[in-house]
Amino acid sequence: MKFSESWLRSFVDPACVGEEFSHLLTMAGLEVEEEEIVAPGFSRVVVGHVLSVDRHPGADRLNVCRVDVGAGEVLQIVCGAPNAAAGIKVPCALVGAELPGGFRIRLSKVRGVESFGMLCSAKELGIADDAAGLLVLADAAPVGEDLRRHLDLDDRLLTLKLTPNRADCLSLEGVAREVAALTGVPVRFTEVEAVEASIATARTIVLDAPDACPRYCGRVIAGVDAKAPTPEWMRRRLERSGIRPISALVDITNYVMLELGQPLHAFDNRQLNGMIHARMARPGERITLLNEQTLDLQGDVLLIADDERPVAMAGIMGDEYSGITLATTELFLEAAFFAPRAIAGRARRYNFVSDASHRFERGVDFGGTRRALERATRLVIDICGGQAGPVSEVQASLPERRPVHLRPDRVTKVLGLNIAPERIGELFARLGLPFVRDGADFVVIPPSYRFDLEIEEDLIEEIARLHGYENVPSPAPRAALAMLPQTEQRRPPARIRQMLADCGYQEVINFAFVEEAWETDFAANERLIRLANPIASQLSVMRSSLIGGLVANVTTNLKRRQSRVRIFETGRCFRRDPCGEPVPGFDQPWKLTALAYGTVLPEQWGSPVRNADFFDVKGDLELLLAPLIASFEKAAHPALHPGRSARVLIDGKAIGFVGELHPRWQQKYDLPLAPVLFELDLEPLGVASLPQYVEVSRQPVVIRDMAIVVDHALQLQQLLDALRANCPAIIRDIQLFDVYVGRGVEVGKKSLAFRIVMQDTQKTLLEAEVDAAMQQLVEYLQSVFAAQLRV
Amino acid sequence: MHNLDQIVDAACAAFAATDDPDALEQIKAVYLGKSGRIPELLKGLAKLPPEERKAVGAAINRAKDAVGAALNARREAIRKMTLLTRLAEEALDVTLPGRGQARAGLHPVTRTLERIEALFRSIGFEVADGPEIEADFQNFTALNTPEDHPARSMHDTFYLQEESGEVAQGVLLRTHTSPIQVRYMQAHVARHAALEVMPEIRVIAPGRVYRVDSDATHSPMFHQVEGLWIGENISFADLKGVIGDFLRRFFESDDLQVRFRPSFFPFTEPSAEIDMAFMSGAHKGRWLEIAGCGMVHPNVLHHVNIDPEKYTGFAFGMGPDRLTMLRYGINDLRLFFDGDLRFLRQFV
Repeated sequence: MKFSESWLRSFVDPACVGEEFSHLLTMAGLEVEEEEIVAPGFSRVVVGHVLSVDRHPGADRLNVCRVDVGAGEVLQIVCGAPNAAAGIKVPCALVGAELPGGFRIRLSKVRGVESFGMLCSAKELGIADDAAGLLVLADAAPVGEDLRRHLDLDDRLLTLKLTPNRADCLSLEGVAREVAALTGVPVRFTEVEAVEASIATARTIVLDAPDACPRYCGRVIAGVDAKAPTPEWMRRRLERSGIRPISALVDITNYVMLELGQPLHAFDNRQLNGMIHARMARPGERITLLNEQTLDLQGDVLLIADDERPVAMAGIMGDEYSGITLATTELFLEAAFFAPRAIAGRARRYNFVSDASHRFERGVDFGGTRRALERATRLVIDICGGQAGPVSEVQASLPERRPVHLRPDRVTKVLGLNIAPERIGELFARLGLPFVRDGADFVVIPPSYRFDLEIEEDLIEEIARLHGYENVPSPAPRAALAMLPQTEQRRPPARIRQMLADCGYQEVINFAFVEEAWETDFAANERLIRLANPIASQLSVMRSSLIGGLVANVTTNLKRRQSRVRIFETGRCFRRDPCGEPVPGFDQPWKLTALAYGTVLPEQWGSPVRNADFFDVKGDLELLLAPLIASFEKAAHPALHPGRSARVLIDGKAIGFVGELHPRWQQKYDLPLAPVLFELDLEPLGVASLPQYVEVSRQPVVIRDMAIVVDHALQLQQLLDALRANCPAIIRDIQLFDVYVGRGVEVGKKSLAFRIVMQDTQKTLLEAEVDAAMQQLVEYLQSVFAAQLRV
Repeated sequence: MHNLDQIVDAACAAFAATDDPDALEQIKAVYLGKSGRIPELLKGLAKLPPEERKAVGAAINRAKDAVGAALNARREAIRKMTLLTRLAEEALDVTLPGRGQARAGLHPVTRTLERIEALFRSIGFEVADGPEIEADFQNFTALNTPEDHPARSMHDTFYLQEESGEVAQGVLLRTHTSPIQVRYMQAHVARHAALEVMPEIRVIAPGRVYRVDSDATHSPMFHQVEGLWIGENISFADLKGVIGDFLRRFFESDDLQVRFRPSFFPFTEPSAEIDMAFMSGAHKGRWLEIAGCGMVHPNVLHHVNIDPEKYTGFAFGMGPDRLTMLRYGINDLRLFFDGDLRFLRQFV
């Protein structure tokens, strides 16, 4: 909420000013979000009355003015403004004046004519951007009065960022009440007297939805002049509160809303037919609002209607046809209390808010309805003339203010600070919260303007707020010591991330909503999770894979001339899944994806330049998994090259994929090289086995090498699995140490060289036993894989 | 005798004249080998009269020892020389860079999250996690923010579509990490239902959150860390103590001020906004919003079956992105989610 500080100070005027005053409000929970000054500093500028304007003898575009600056003093001033004219009142900077920017006015000669000051435009004074001519002041402006005083230019504009619970501060009186509580300075509220009816015209009011509208006051004011000008003081206060003056009647309703917090609505009474109903919308009803929006109304929207049709969305906005215009002569003025629950969210549903809905959905003082109507009536009659009819007031059951009990020892428990009951009583009194004592307890009946005091904690907050949050101590907390679990059989994600970083992969964090194409390209996702309200089309689908983000990171980095990109991300991915936990319908696993693009090593003198390939990245993956041992099986993945992708399994359970990006995507995403990547479920990587010591065998180890030639298509994993399952007991380990294709090996075949490690647990192996074991291996390989021993 | 001295001198001279170990051994053969000059002399002893043999023999043996000693000395000298030569030849330019992979780093926000976790772990806070597609109930309703509550407009929420294209009801992208509070308390209560006194809840929950907001200072996805401490006597003063301690430890500085000012969150009462100001440096004297916090609202405790009469506690939600920016002097939030290696590499 934005308002003029000087308007506020017309209600309550504490000694503290400027930043200190803003700080006071901020520290009480009324955060001052912005402070503006109305005008920059300048001095010795007064209201001048231009008596005559004569052409400068030596310059076509200049005039010589005689200006009355008060106290009988008339100055000769040379002026070039096109609107200089005898009779107008304008700001006059006297000799010695200092204007914004440090510009000093001196006695001067302009082309031979002496000038004893300067007549000013709004721009020269820093008040507005209008530099077209002199700032013309009201005819009634007292000649010689200091301009700052005349236009109240020492005022400041404050913008409060009010929290939704403090609807009571959405008015000048409300803020004034709060300032009075904070400072102890008494507050003077506007005195409002009832305006007696001088005509009998009235409308009957019917509350058809008494829960939603429990109080409605309205009256007719006839014979008004809608074209009457809004008084300067009112215009100024509205403008300084960020509200554009429109016409006297509209301005008055806005002014009263700002002053008292009660939104009002003025109908053109001649556009109304019959009685006024506060009722819920009926099926199929439509309304065209003042903002020209036409809405199909739902049944939970409260309306103000006459006998024929809806005339306003109650508490939100009036309709286009019943509103006041400059031709209005008879108006029906409404002041009502609409229940927050009946207003909340309705305007937002149709994508707008109004000052009225903002207030009603947070809570408007239902004790002030009639007062606001009387206040507005008075202003209408004073400004636009006219005669008021009697007030029609209908009331159902208003919100109840239940007594709230406060126990002083609960205050201590919640705040950790002992506040004496006398002090509590004093603070309540300052806040204007009426209370009685019930033994040690306080029983508070919240006033009608407070919608946020329902439970004991609400009162505790009030006490703490007024006592000062800064006066609550901040001791080192005490707690019973208990160690946190330290699970050795889990590797936390932090450790996994660090390991990848140590392997040269830089962590990135990408948005979880992605371009739709990424989901179809890299995940073949046919059950997209679309956002209902994305901020942009390229951020409209929840990701089921991190691959798209990493590929995009490569592209942007290549554009920035980074030719080697090794990156990873851990993050949640999202898939539709009826069995999803804990939110039904969605599976949200954490994934880890790493990608290598460009050279294996950063360019360096001592290693040959080589681009990372499948086996480099697989090696990093194996390093990351150790001591878990994964197995890999050839499998297709939508993002990956079909011949260069593998499913990663641990204990037979699939945990992800590793492979080279599909050439199709490499081309589509404009990548000169193929990135190699793996994407894994993060959860299974967290498993770490608890080491169990096994006796080290003292028997000597025998090592034999063996090379065999097999079909090129044969997968090593298949061969090793079979071999390990069928080898003699003395074989401890079988390691592949060479793969060879080329001269000496038949086309379509490959040579695999293995190192066979043998050891007996009990005794030294005999040569014959070793030979027999090797023979058995070779025979097995020959019979199962048609392998040839290579010699 | 004279002859012997000559032999010794000649041998020494011959040894000294070579640098080559093989040549040295050949020279040795000339003097000490089976038919070398000294063994030959020894063989000649038999021809001498017995009374001379002893003295001549002793002289020859002295000469043999002298030649042997000279040989060993020369061998040692050559070994040393050879080693020195080899060392000189093998010398490297040790200033050339080492070979191999370069380490990379964690994302700066991850760094911050890990530090936050470590600091809170050190006073007994566990770390919890929760879903990012969240139920409306956990994100709002259980946090005392029923539908149409004006506080919902403080959060511009992302909603999802059904496959039919309708707006999905009851689910959203979480707007804060506070729903983890609810889930954690529910689980904690269930786990300790049998106990007379529920063990304290001390937990933080870091994670990504989402709001419909995107400009220089707002990202539609950002991070939060939720904190929660519930026990029999946890007060607003404890909250102030923990947060003040945390900020001083996090920034490793006592040179900062912390202030709590009244605010509003539907799920805490009293509520506060936490501001911090450095007393020196680039941000000197400016109050910076760090977190929202407050005493957990009794309605929230009711929702998860914790008796608010018996247990009280505080919750806070802070912005680690902001903390990261302040800690490392980063001036643009958008850098975090841009994947620019030139930026990220600075955090190795």
